[in-house]
Amino acid sequence: MRARPLSPHWTIYRMSRYSVLTSLANRATGMVLSVGLVVLIYWLTALARGARAYARAQEVLGSDLAKVVYAGVIAAFSYHLVAGIRHLVWDTGRGLEKKQSQRSAWAVIVVAIVLAVVCIWWAFRAREGV
Amino acid sequence: MSLQTPLGKVRGLGAAGNGVHHWWVQRLTAVALVPLGVWLLVSLVTLPALDFVTLVSWIGGTWTATLLSVFILTASWHSRLGLQVIIEDYVHDQGLKTTSLVLSGFVHIILAAFGVFAVLRIAFGSPL
Repeated sequence: MRARPLSPHWTIYRMSRYSVLTSLANRATGMVLSVGLVVLIYWLTALARGARAYARAQEVLGSDLAKVVYAGVIAAFSYHLVAGIRHLVWDTGRGLEKKQSQRSAWAVIVVAIVLAVVCIWWAFRAREGV
Repeated sequence: MSLQTPLGKVRGLGAAGNGVHHWWVQRLTAVALVPLGVWLLVSLVTLPALDFVTLVSWIGGTWTATLLSVFILTASWHSRLGLQVIIEDYVHDQGLKTTSLVLSGFVHIILAAFGVFAVLRIAFGSPL
């Protein structure tokens, strides 16, 4: 395998505090979503195996720890969605100036936090007692 | 024998030798995952209940089974590409790096296979 070109390592590259926060957060939330994908597949597989297997899986999927994971996945999704859209806009060549990217970094953080809070509140209110 | 000149063969392939393929597929899957991800989250929250019968009849529907399968394949692919970049950037030991990349690829394919199979099993043979 040929060596692929790498992005600058945070250990040797001096990034602005904006790119440190948004770039690392996008990768971190992406990894949380990968864990969420595993949970989704586990849930679907339990359903496919029948009512009794699903009831057994419910002991794990309905636990308090699982609820923390669901909230984490929703928050990660909110951030990754908003930050991902920022990346797609960048890919069209727009918004790459220093000032613009600093402003969009703030916008991403604020919108993502609001979206995460609203979605978690909405999901947990809809699923009260489940 | 190809009539392409050596320059024509390598043009656009870049340092990794495979051009912008990784970058492009990551973007394509990202674009697809915007509506698919929002659809899945909204569906899971607005379903009337999360009991076995409700879920099985929801997943077994034509639209849900199709979109859910597409979501699983797209999300697994996007996840594989994203993790690949993270591994390439932060795992410096060559052997460990190659091992992690291969393992991550295997795990993602198995995940996607499990997910799509589960959806199809629910859709075709109701496991009630």
